[in-house]
Amino acid sequence: MTDKKINFKIKRQDKPGLPSYWQNFQVPYKPFANIISCLMEIQRNPTTKAGITVAPVTWDCNCLEEVCGSCTMVINGKVRQACTALVDNLEQPIALEPMSKFPVVRDLQVNRSRMFENLKKVKAWIDIDGSHDIGEGAIMPDSDRAKRYVMSECMTCGCCLEACPQFSLNNSFMGAATFNQVRLFNLHPAGSMNKEERLDAVMGEGGITDCGNAQVCVEVCPKNIPLTESIADIGRQTSWQFIKNLLVK
Amino acid sequence: MMNRKKKIVIIGGGLAGLALAMKFCERNGEVTVVSYQSLKRSHSVCAQGGINAAIDAKNEGDSPEKHFYDTIKGGDFLAHQPLVRDMCYQAPAIIHLMDRMGVAFNRTGEGHLDFRRFGGTLYNRTAFAGATTGQQLVYALDEQVRRNIHDGNATTLEWHEYLGAVLDSDGICRGAVIHDLKTNEIYTLPADAVVLATGGPGQVYGRSTNSVVNTGAAATTAYLQGAKYANGEFIQIHPTAIPGQDKLRLMSESARGEGGRIWVPQKADDRRDPKKIPENERFYFLEEKYPLFKNLVPRDVASREIYDIVYNQKMGVDGDPMVYLDLTHKSREFLDNRLGGIMDIYTKFTGVDPRDHPMKIFPAVHYSMGGLWTDYGPDQNGLIDHGSPRNQMTSITGLFAAGEADYQYHGANRLGANSLLSCIYTGLMMARGIMNYTDSLEKSVDDIPSTVFDDARNHWKNRFKEIKKMNGRENPYKLHQELGEVMLANVLIVRDNKSLEKATDEINDIETRFKDVKCVDTSDWANPSPSFINQLFCMIHLSKIITKGALLRDEFRGSHYKPDFDLIQPKDFDPHEYIEYLEQKQYGDISEDKFPAGHLDYMKRFEENNIKWLKTTVAQFKDNQPDITYDKVDTSLITPRPRKYD
Repeated sequence: MTDKKINFKIKRQDKPGLPSYWQNFQVPYKPFANIISCLMEIQRNPTTKAGITVAPVTWDCNCLEEVCGSCTMVINGKVRQACTALVDNLEQPIALEPMSKFPVVRDLQVNRSRMFENLKKVKAWIDIDGSHDIGEGAIMPDSDRAKRYVMSECMTCGCCLEACPQFSLNNSFMGAATFNQVRLFNLHPAGSMNKEERLDAVMGEGGITDCGNAQVCVEVCPKNIPLTESIADIGRQTSWQFIKNLLVK
Repeated sequence: MMNRKKKIVIIGGGLAGLALAMKFCERNGEVTVVSYQSLKRSHSVCAQGGINAAIDAKNEGDSPEKHFYDTIKGGDFLAHQPLVRDMCYQAPAIIHLMDRMGVAFNRTGEGHLDFRRFGGTLYNRTAFAGATTGQQLVYALDEQVRRNIHDGNATTLEWHEYLGAVLDSDGICRGAVIHDLKTNEIYTLPADAVVLATGGPGQVYGRSTNSVVNTGAAATTAYLQGAKYANGEFIQIHPTAIPGQDKLRLMSESARGEGGRIWVPQKADDRRDPKKIPENERFYFLEEKYPLFKNLVPRDVASREIYDIVYNQKMGVDGDPMVYLDLTHKSREFLDNRLGGIMDIYTKFTGVDPRDHPMKIFPAVHYSMGGLWTDYGPDQNGLIDHGSPRNQMTSITGLFAAGEADYQYHGANRLGANSLLSCIYTGLMMARGIMNYTDSLEKSVDDIPSTVFDDARNHWKNRFKEIKKMNGRENPYKLHQELGEVMLANVLIVRDNKSLEKATDEINDIETRFKDVKCVDTSDWANPSPSFINQLFCMIHLSKIITKGALLRDEFRGSHYKPDFDLIQPKDFDPHEYIEYLEQKQYGDISEDKFPAGHLDYMKRFEENNIKWLKTTVAQFKDNQPDITYDKVDTSLITPRPRKYD
């Protein structure tokens, strides 16, 4: 029991531009261990299985309860959060890799700023008049709220984009997470006032028409956001917008 | 007057920092938000159950004044009252603002905001977005800040760490020293003011409900630079969390607000499946002991009772330190709609579905009521002058603090769903004061010689150079784990001076061993080890503040429970007797038979204890130790009295 071990195979990279390499690690087994607790164990004893002392593996994480979106990585070939990846449910050696669709910063850390830039492009916010006290917000049926709530649980983790065959390091495709945000804000009574701006932003290069309809995004979303519904809905909204643009201009 | 926009640096992208950023931009200021990670990933996202505002949507007769009273009583009268009062009066406007920003708050049949009950109150005053309210509020504020970035008013420095304040020859804060966590470069950001909205210090305890970034290092650095740190010993232990190897995951108080019941089998060795244990063989200990508040007593009370059941009565589930939190009597649809977020967390981390089986939970370190000492400017009405430059300023001129990093709003124990409120309230409230502070300065940051900034930068560059050279035998991450164990073993729910002295010795030992740390990574790109070693240094100092404050405070108040100094309230005591006692006292001696037996003696001891201890603990860094003094608390609006929840 006490000498039970967990075996890891971790893909490492010291810097952007340098080649990646694999290292094997072994950490003592503990019940309910997850990937994060094992990576923490490696920090406390940064020695490879072969007995060589190395720099501890670096990775991103924060909340450790799958609500911040930080610790996304590829675990045994599947993109997911490391915090909810329990060791008992994984085959060993457990392979950890950084996401492949974002530039690697170091080891398991990647730069997802492209996702946040896209939020700016589609103006994913409500244009409030100001933060002063001007009374209550719009009345809204709870069913609409519930629809929006599911979409607004998106934590910009990047799983949907890692899985998407259309999204790559070298193109400008926005991807499911961004389209879902357009739908989220277009569905809000005040947000819908800027609906057209958001639709125009996803009608150009990298926009909604580049979606290949592979539908894998929805399978990997850790928050079960109906991403394919969002894509279909934005597809419809942009079609109307396209016709409207033709008629008006 | 300056010919440019006023510019501030905000450290931290949680609720307090983002609220201030939005408000300051709106007032035509310029903002740089420095964040350890991308915005949207701050610890505020972990808040689950909701945010308080006495809108009285359920026609129960709730009001901001009652919210104020509950908060002050919940905090055992240790909070400054004008500030708390102002916060409670602003709360309804804050909720409406967040609603206007698109937060998906749950709604009533008519489409208005819905509210639920939380601990320490009898009113439904908690607005909520499922069970991920913190996340939803962060996103809404983040979206407004992103809008300001898009419009050119704000910039962000994500993947950057705050190292310290730039202080000029008069000791005024003129900017911040920043560490780029990718390039590992260190540089300064000049500013008219710097705001620490850096959250709490849960990592001092190793495992807590807090996120990985919550080391308290920024606030501790301010303390090491001369700022006062207040009420450090008041650490909230949340009654319901899932034990884990890397973290203790919170199970929101809203689980009980929505009807969740806490129980253990009546027979200590009853190992039956909980679903098979009939009602009359279950011990709903909170409901029995507190028939008025039941499962929704304040957190300090609930945690103590669970501790008692498990360790003194030895009635923990299966002999383990755990009790049941039971929601299985509620429908799946109800649970998914109102508590979906935490239902999923429990299922994912334990493999057990709490919709079908009672959850097994235990208390965990959750929140620091203490934090950097900050000031405020009261007005004539028992509220706050929102234009006062004193608002939220630390004892270092020009350095402000907000959110969990400051100490002002929760006294000796925070009520659930008040933290999100205090974070957003401070962020919004302080903006005007900072503007006015900038106007009041004789010298602008533009007139400060560049050597001030060079010195600050060089100080930190050298410090990191020294850290990188550390080549001893101690692994810093292991040492951190040991520090956490010392704190968990000795400075938790039940405190006694012997254990606190033991903790002091053990922390001193860890401090000595810190000198023998090895910097386990010496690379010069995205290297987190030197940062962590610096944070560990801060955590050691912060653990000393917490432990010394606890050791010296010989009383029982809120989350700080020392059984040796418990005044032991008579069972049939009514807090109103105390008000009567204070009034009668003015007319001469009171005879014993005025009150039930033993009550007069208890009230006299209560009064004496308050004279001695109803004070803010203030720690200042002297000779490498926290030097502790005590400050007056503003109790001008509600007379402090014994708390009672049964």
